[in-house]
Amino acid sequence: MNSPTADRPAPPTASTELAVIFSDIGGIAQRNLRRLVRTPQLLLISTAQPLLILLLFRYVLGGAIAIPGGHYVDYIVPAVFVEASLIGGSATSVGLAEDLKSGIIDRFRALPMARSAVLAGRTVADLCRSVLVLAMMITVGVLVGFRFHNSATAILAGIGLVLMFGYAMSWVFASIGLAVKDPETAQVASILPFFLLIFPSSAFVPVSTMPGWLQAYAKAQPATVTINAVRALMVGGPAHHWVWQSVVWSIGIGMVFAPLAVRQYRNLTS
Amino acid sequence: MAEPMIEVEAVTKRFGSTHALTGVDLTAEAGTVLGLLGPNGAGKTTLVRILTTLLEPDSGRARIAGYDVVRDADALRRVIGLAGQYAAVDELLTGRENLELVGRFYHLPKAERRHRAREVLDRFGLTDAGERQVKTYSGGMRRRLDLGASLVGHPSVLILDEPTTGLDPRTRNDLWAFIERLVADGTTVLLTTQYLQEAERLAHRIVVIDRGRVVADGTADELKNRTGGAVVEARVTNDTDLNKVAALLVGIGEGPPQVDAERRRVAVPATGGAKVLLAAGRRLDEAGIDLDDLGIRRPSLDDVFLSLTGHAATPPVNGGSAAAPQAGSAPRGRRP
Ligand SMILES: Nc1ncnc2c1ncn2[C@@H]1O[C@H](COP(=O)(O)OP(=O)(O)OP(=O)(O)O)[C@@H](O)[C@H]1O
Ligand SMILES: [Mg+2]
Repeated sequence: MNSPTADRPAPPTASTELAVIFSDIGGIAQRNLRRLVRTPQLLLISTAQPLLILLLFRYVLGGAIAIPGGHYVDYIVPAVFVEASLIGGSATSVGLAEDLKSGIIDRFRALPMARSAVLAGRTVADLCRSVLVLAMMITVGVLVGFRFHNSATAILAGIGLVLMFGYAMSWVFASIGLAVKDPETAQVASILPFFLLIFPSSAFVPVSTMPGWLQAYAKAQPATVTINAVRALMVGGPAHHWVWQSVVWSIGIGMVFAPLAVRQYRNLTS
Repeated sequence: MAEPMIEVEAVTKRFGSTHALTGVDLTAEAGTVLGLLGPNGAGKTTLVRILTTLLEPDSGRARIAGYDVVRDADALRRVIGLAGQYAAVDELLTGRENLELVGRFYHLPKAERRHRAREVLDRFGLTDAGERQVKTYSGGMRRRLDLGASLVGHPSVLILDEPTTGLDPRTRNDLWAFIERLVADGTTVLLTTQYLQEAERLAHRIVVIDRGRVVADGTADELKNRTGGAVVEARVTNDTDLNKVAALLVGIGEGPPQVDAERRRVAVPATGGAKVLLAAGRRLDEAGIDLDDLGIRRPSLDDVFLSLTGHAATPPVNGGSAAAPQAGSAPRGRRP
């Protein structure tokens, strides 16, 4: 400590810039994953919701819902995978709002790190969490009678679609967290996408049972096409049509909300 | 001295209808400490946030090490270290992890950020707590970790918002000594404080702000001179003697005696010091006046602070300081 200013590092050069951005994202992701494993109760709580939904529809309501040509368990379980990844996203908005409130985001913003790293690192960490949650939900799904009826490649593609949709939506949740800036409000606001995307979708009942005006929305919206695609990839059926729609939706959501969230982050200076 | 390291020109910032800063100018030379002094809500934190690129000014210009806070924000962040008013550390990470994370964002190589984290933990007496999660830390430990984090990147400009609030006297003294050492090695420091003692001990130059504007700027001595020089002050036992004492003291100092009836005091401006004191003592003794106290009082920064920011209605600076309150009655601030 005798010469505090002597060995200050030189500013990074352009050639190292990309490496620096990835390192910054990695730093934030590592921090958030550490937080995740140190609050296992939070992780458990966030799996409880999709778990209860699964049990509710599998055993309480499922008996009354007729699915043309199939078992209801094969119908509901892939939908719960998508639902779980969406619900997990609410942790993105709550976590960001908490970081804003605690002042740690101010610390990061005064450091010479990449502007996008705080958001990108968080969404990457949340993606890792989605993988964990999904693994748990698959286990539970198999325990309640769900069976895969397709090739390993198709099943993996299905898992990939779930994660891709969840990742795209985590940017929506990031945007919500930055907009409301308060953990409690973020918690409440994060329930909205659930009601807007999961209930009016093919998750629990076939869209054809809904009134006509609602069908138009329910058929086209991203959760439905993703659920249909995942179902087809995991238990069989024509998948192509849904898969590309799901991919387009996820990319589209990401392309709109990632830049929006980064802009909101930059605008914290006003 | 060298070129200014911190330059602030006519900076304004408004939050809705609150004018947090209304045209602030200041400069700090390289290798010096600038003390920013002001009551609650004066705009200190707002200025700190502007200097550290957390807020953009509405108008005006601010530069650190030649980098503009808006245009060259990225480059500027490489040369500064910030410890904000409230500790900003991750509760779930350990002390060491917090410091290494900051080191990572300064883009120090892995081995160096390990080394740096150890060094800082040691420096701030946190070595034993380094592997514990911050949520188990006391308030003072958190504060120290936060200050430590501001130093991880070897900043050439250190910006500290009320750094010693919440520290015990020993830790505060250690920190002062530490800051002095950093400054001796060339670091420039801007610190906000409500402790006049701290500003007096550390700051080469003090800027007093109140309601978003600079009300005084100078060294501690210059500021003290603005409230007038030393006075000889007598406190009488019976207030019936006040006028008699005032009459007796006419002509011994450099000005007419001032009576402060409320505190039973009479004061005479006395740059002559001891001579005036002895003369006053002789006269009062011969007249047989009962005194509680007789002495020389030099104006403190508290007097300056209070006269500049305490009374909105009265003129900020006056010649006679007899009416100025005693040291130790800081206006609204927390005291050590
Ligand atoms: N984000 C904000 N939104 C609205 N008003 C704000 C905001 N930040 C600061 N202010 C207002 O600006 C003024 C200056 O605040 P600032 O925090 O800079 O004061 P300060 O000198 O740091 O005070 P303290 O000694 O209490 O920390 C206050 O009136 C405060 O209420
Ligand atoms: Mg403040």
